[in-house]
Amino acid sequence: MNIVQTLIGNTFEQGLLFAFLGLGVLLTFRFFRFPDLTAEGSYPLGGAVAAALLVAGVNPFAATFAAALAGALAGIVTALVHTRLRINAIIAGIIVMTAVYTVNLRVMGRANTPLLTTPSVFGDIVAALNAFGLPLRESVVANIAILAVFVAVVAAAMAAFLRTDLGLAVRATGENETMIKALGVDTDWTKMVGLGLSNFLIALSGALVAQNHGFADIGMGIGILVTGAAAVLIGEAIFADRTIGVWIFAAIVGVLIYRLLVVLALYVGLQPIDLKLITAVLLLLALALPRFRHRLRFG
Amino acid sequence: MLTLESLTKTFFAGEASEVRALEDVELTIGDGDFVTVIGSNGAGKSTLLKAIVGLVRPEAGRILLDGRDITSDPVHRRAGWFGRIAQDPNDSTCAGMTIEENLAMASKRGRVRGLRRAVTPVLRENFRAALKETGLGLEGRLETRMGLLSGGQRQTIALLMATLANPRLLLLDEHLAALDPKTAELVMGLTDRLVRERRLTTLMITHNMADAIRWGSRLVMMHRGRIIFEAAGAAKAALTVEGLVRKFHEAGHRDLADDRLLLS
Repeated sequence: MNIVQTLIGNTFEQGLLFAFLGLGVLLTFRFFRFPDLTAEGSYPLGGAVAAALLVAGVNPFAATFAAALAGALAGIVTALVHTRLRINAIIAGIIVMTAVYTVNLRVMGRANTPLLTTPSVFGDIVAALNAFGLPLRESVVANIAILAVFVAVVAAAMAAFLRTDLGLAVRATGENETMIKALGVDTDWTKMVGLGLSNFLIALSGALVAQNHGFADIGMGIGILVTGAAAVLIGEAIFADRTIGVWIFAAIVGVLIYRLLVVLALYVGLQPIDLKLITAVLLLLALALPRFRHRLRFG
Repeated sequence: MLTLESLTKTFFAGEASEVRALEDVELTIGDGDFVTVIGSNGAGKSTLLKAIVGLVRPEAGRILLDGRDITSDPVHRRAGWFGRIAQDPNDSTCAGMTIEENLAMASKRGRVRGLRRAVTPVLRENFRAALKETGLGLEGRLETRMGLLSGGQRQTIALLMATLANPRLLLLDEHLAALDPKTAELVMGLTDRLVRERRLTTLMITHNMADAIRWGSRLVMMHRGRIIFEAAGAAKAALTVEGLVRKFHEAGHRDLADDRLLLS
């Protein structure tokens, strides 16, 4: 495999793993218009729950689903803290994120759980396809194919949900809460649905990343919200039209471009320890560039 | 239908800036009534309306709908009965969502929202027909985002949204105030037509005395949180702007600071 193939392979594999994170952050960061810091807890929570269950011998699909549900629960707790106790949504997210850190340590029983010998959803799917006579090996290409199908299904489901009666109410809650309340919607409920769904997707990313990388780590969530936000903003910068389908597609493309930029940064000699700085700079650029472009055009 | 019993609301109670927005307000609205509410700034008109929908919690008095006490029901639980339009077109619609999505949300007013597709082909046809009647040419732009429309267009959609699910009471909170005179005339004409066609019970707040006289079947004048004058039927039909101003002074409110505004 030549270097270009490796770069592209890495971009798509890691990018698609992060696609669920992008979709989850899109829900809160864009539709609810606030950065939900629960993500910093729910992402490693997804990894931790999946790891603990896999080590305990649970089926990888059940473990992954349970991990996502745990993330949803974290989001629901944030929503309850915000709505019932009337605490600012960002502060509520910080409180839950901090609490979940301990939960993650308790769930794993240690700071890092290796998953090199346990089965994973990727291995299981490849094995199932082999049983059907498809001569596929566990590889980057196989992982990309599996993830692409998975992302497409989840994205389609999310787009469909956001066009349902409840989905419209969730979107309107972020945009004009007074109006949607006046139409009979209990926004405490829709906030719970939105934050639950968002963190469900974010924890799903965490669970899949843990299985792909072969370990879950207590520190894997640091800066993850910035990563998601950068991806969402990069996607937005590319697509002008804003229908639900485009919003979702843009978030996924944004994640892939974000990953490509990270891969290129590493390729030109930056070290993995520089990653958070790169991510922060990318987010800064994604936030500042549209404004700068505006100034160039009209100033 | 709707009865307000000695409704009282004070803002900034105990402070120097204390405002008695509502003071012992008694009002009964019957089925089919079209009540216009007139008054200067700070008369308590908007507070009255907000108390009815639940955005403002009165400290005394009761709100009865068909005899049922709804005074302490939260906003979303009484939403099924009331359709309200605010002054700012941005308040009554979602700018980032399409025309049909906004209408679909309104068509489920007060109902449980589940996982069914919001905009069905049947609904879309209904919306198209309703939009066609407004004569704004929006029936072909159902998938246009609300934010791209003019203030008058948005307020027209807000009017459709407020009346779509046939509310028990239509509440108009100076819904023409942000529009230019020509558009305001258009939206008011449509309002009057919808109210008459659907026999909607309506409460309309306005700054404009001429509008208050011209439209509706009853007129209520408020000042400093109190209802100071009422007229209905023939008595209302005989009202003039000059006559209303005289009523104001007769009621002992010679300090009417913004006569000019009211007369405009």
